[in-house]
Amino acid sequence: MSNQQIVSPLPGIFYRRPAPDQPPFKEVGDAVSVGNVIGLIEVMKSFHEVKSDRAGTIAQFLVDNEDAVMAGQPLVDLND
Amino acid sequence: MGIESLLVANRGEIAVRIIRAARDMGIRTIQVYSEADVDSLPVQLADDSVLIGKPPSTKSYLNIESLISAALDIGADAVHPGYGFLAENGDFADAVEAAGLVFVGPSGETIRRLGDKVTARSSADVIGLATVPGSAGRIDNLEEAKPILEEIGFPVLIKAAAGGGGRGIRVVCNQEEFDRLAPQASTEALTAFGDGGIYIESYIHNARHVEVQVIGDGESVLHFYDRECSLQRRRQKIWEEAPASCVPDDVRMRLCDEARNFASSVGYRGAGTLEFLYDSSTHEFYFLEMNTRIQVEHPVTECVTGVDLVRESIRVCDGNSLGRSQDEIVLKGHSIECRINAEDPANGFMPQPGTITELKVPGGPGVRFDSMLYPGYTVPPYYDSMLGKLIVWDEDRPSALNRMRGALDELDISGIKTTKSLHQALLNDINVVEGNVHTTFLDDWLSKANIQ
Repeated sequence: MSNQQIVSPLPGIFYRRPAPDQPPFKEVGDAVSVGNVIGLIEVMKSFHEVKSDRAGTIAQFLVDNEDAVMAGQPLVDLND
Repeated sequence: MGIESLLVANRGEIAVRIIRAARDMGIRTIQVYSEADVDSLPVQLADDSVLIGKPPSTKSYLNIESLISAALDIGADAVHPGYGFLAENGDFADAVEAAGLVFVGPSGETIRRLGDKVTARSSADVIGLATVPGSAGRIDNLEEAKPILEEIGFPVLIKAAAGGGGRGIRVVCNQEEFDRLAPQASTEALTAFGDGGIYIESYIHNARHVEVQVIGDGESVLHFYDRECSLQRRRQKIWEEAPASCVPDDVRMRLCDEARNFASSVGYRGAGTLEFLYDSSTHEFYFLEMNTRIQVEHPVTECVTGVDLVRESIRVCDGNSLGRSQDEIVLKGHSIECRINAEDPANGFMPQPGTITELKVPGGPGVRFDSMLYPGYTVPPYYDSMLGKLIVWDEDRPSALNRMRGALDELDISGIKTTKSLHQALLNDINVVEGNVHTTFLDDWLSKANIQ
């Protein structure tokens, strides 16, 4: 079993939900495939989807909802 | 009485602007900042600064509790909300006053009353200020719509009562379309907003955005003439002018007097702006809403009236009367503002946080650059993309356009892409040069344009 990560494409604020009153895109244990949205990055008031570039199962989130993140910062640990 | 120290509850260029006004008045300034703004220009310029929280604005600039305790801990007498963030939050105004401090703006009650579009519209109706013709409230069934449609005529807009951001809006040209589209609009509104209520409004083709600047002292109100802000991208203004060149002088006088009356009727205190839709084919104007704060584009009004609006609004909120008459506010020349945003116009206006490696700012007569930039400054990703505003004044509009061309050419911001190139392209468009624009002009133009 190899560990992989999904990184933030942009600097900004990370959100796990599409909107505050909606459930998270993904939870720990969920399967993701290439192109699945795992969160949003808010940069200068505009929202950009974070899509997985690989398939796997979410082992853990490395940042909390609404945390500030840098471009390239790992967001999620994936298990194959 | 007498503000001695002012807490600036905002960031960026407007914080710099407020600090400068306060400094001119001999008022000590205290700048709040988030962890992302430690190196910001307003923190450097203010007499004192207070860290209020983490970078996300919900944890700093929107945190009422942190702001109030910062103000009390450091011994500020007054709080300036700037624009955006908490500027139009009635609860914040109340909290500032409850803490025994002066809020530079109207009362919480006024903010709430004018912030609600339905109550603002009825306040306008009371004094006979025209609003866009339409249904008085929501329409519950098609029968109810019939007499209103007969009265206002087609085309009409069907809007969601709970809507916003343009969602659920439909343009309808005849009765058959109305009968077909109204139920659809209602269903869509129910899905999107959980409320199927709709209302109808006359559709004003090629409407322009015209607004009037006022300042009130709670007793009387002065207007500072009009601005036009029709060049908008996705409902965000990017270019503003004063005065509105589409408005003839006799209409301008009526428009500004009516705006002044409206603000007087609510006992307005502070700087405010009444926004109107303007039909340049009939020269009719329709009140949309009143913004209860200083606005981004206030400098164009400062340029054509010679009045420091930020200073005036601090003065009146400190309990001073306006101390001048309407006749003393004289319109002179023409002013244009271009908003310089950290966005790449050639790439879908992608946000451009990053470090400013080089900065050359234009100068000369009638040129002003209100900004928080300095060479080496890193624009954080957490906030609005506006970096500054390039403002020019000249004796007439053609000269002002020419001066803006030269000023944009001189402006050099390296390290990140900005909307400077958008403005340069707009200055080459015959419709922009001739002032032949409307509120959807820019979105149409951008869908065809190729900006490098």
